[in-house]
Amino acid sequence: MNSSSFEPRLVGFLCTWCSYTGADLAGTARMTYPPNVRIIRVMCSGRVDPQFVLKAFEEGADGVLISGCHLGDCHYQEGNYKALRRHRLLARVLEQYGIEKERFRLEWVSASEGVKFQKVCDEFTERIRALGPLNHNGHGGAAHE
Amino acid sequence: MSDSKPKVAFYWCSSCGGCEESIVDLGADILKVVAAVDIVYWPVALDFKKKDLEAMPDGSIAVSFINGGIRMSEQEEMAHLLRRKSGLVVAHGACAHLGGIPGLANFWTKSAIFDTVYHKTFSTANPSKAEPLAKSMVDGHELTLPEFWDTVKPLDAVIDVDYYLPGCAPHRDLILNAVTAILEGKLPPKGAVLSPNTSCCDDCDRNETKPEKLTVKEIKRPYEVLLDPKTCFLAQGVICLGPATRGGCGERCIHGNMPCRGCMGPTDQVRDQGAKFLSAFASILEAKDEAEVDRLVDTIVDPAGTFYRFSLPSSILKRKKMEVVR
Repeated sequence: MNSSSFEPRLVGFLCTWCSYTGADLAGTARMTYPPNVRIIRVMCSGRVDPQFVLKAFEEGADGVLISGCHLGDCHYQEGNYKALRRHRLLARVLEQYGIEKERFRLEWVSASEGVKFQKVCDEFTERIRALGPLNHNGHGGAAHE
Repeated sequence: MSDSKPKVAFYWCSSCGGCEESIVDLGADILKVVAAVDIVYWPVALDFKKKDLEAMPDGSIAVSFINGGIRMSEQEEMAHLLRRKSGLVVAHGACAHLGGIPGLANFWTKSAIFDTVYHKTFSTANPSKAEPLAKSMVDGHELTLPEFWDTVKPLDAVIDVDYYLPGCAPHRDLILNAVTAILEGKLPPKGAVLSPNTSCCDDCDRNETKPEKLTVKEIKRPYEVLLDPKTCFLAQGVICLGPATRGGCGERCIHGNMPCRGCMGPTDQVRDQGAKFLSAFASILEAKDEAEVDRLVDTIVDPAGTFYRFSLPSSILKRKKMEVVR
């Protein structure tokens, strides 16, 4: 697959209170951004079990985004702090699995930051397009024994 | 030997041999087992050959206990043969159950492992740069060896497994309970792990010393601190996989003043033990800003190897990404 025909498959876990609302704002304001991020709404970025992220990569995601409220603004006080710590630790584990840390992104997007959500989707899609397909465990191409 | 006694087989795949030892460790109780069953195949202890096993009718062995992961072609072949000959197959020990310690090799590839073992280690003298080959010709004869694979697999990745006896090695009580249940026909549903479905912390003597709000400010390795023999390891800043690990092991490590390393695998509710431990451990780290989180997380030496010490081949991602040669 050459890079010009490669469309990254990205999964985005967005917290319902800030980032999902921010994405909604980007939509209602008719901002355009690449459609590559498949959005999954969760109650809080702290709800994102690391198993969800691994499962996404295992099933063929080229990148995973977790997005929540800015630090200090969590609807549940500290869910996003937990998301931050899990993200940093999981990113290190993913590198040991051979998955570049750029493929696993954490962003803070508030309900009013439609423009930031647009920018995150733009940047993330282009970054992963440049990195190429992940194909972990042979998904999307080569098998291995 | 009486034909009425159930027939039992034991086999050793990719593991250290500790699980074979765990059978012997039944002590005097092994006599009860031997009285109740006929051991028809046990290469480590009894002189049976593969052809003896092949000659047995399919399904004639009541239960085969297979320990070790599947790392070479010979092991997969024997696993298939034993499966065909057996009514029940029990994955015996952490390596057959989860992949185990040898499964950590899934962070490398066959070529990297061969490169280290046959060329790079200081003690290796290999001027002809020979490596094991599945087939080679010597003086006109074809010689064969089992093929070494890139990826270690748990037993259930190659054959259907009826039950799992967890642990490195399984506690004698678990083995005796499993054997008794099989002999009495009082078996749990197929696919069960034959140990309680509760976390290691549930049985831990140190559970009471766990503070109301457990936090970790600095991460320490066991050799860096004088460990208190009564206090929760996590409360002492030492990584202990107890919260994400199944109980029933008898807490031999804990009683030896060493933290849980996770050999019993996850409970039934959890798919990926390492990820679940990572989740729990990250949440109790005492760090509020990005720089502090990075600093603290960087003090964990080999996080993936620590969290997946026994379970890498059965984890969601199973191994390090293979570089695809195009």
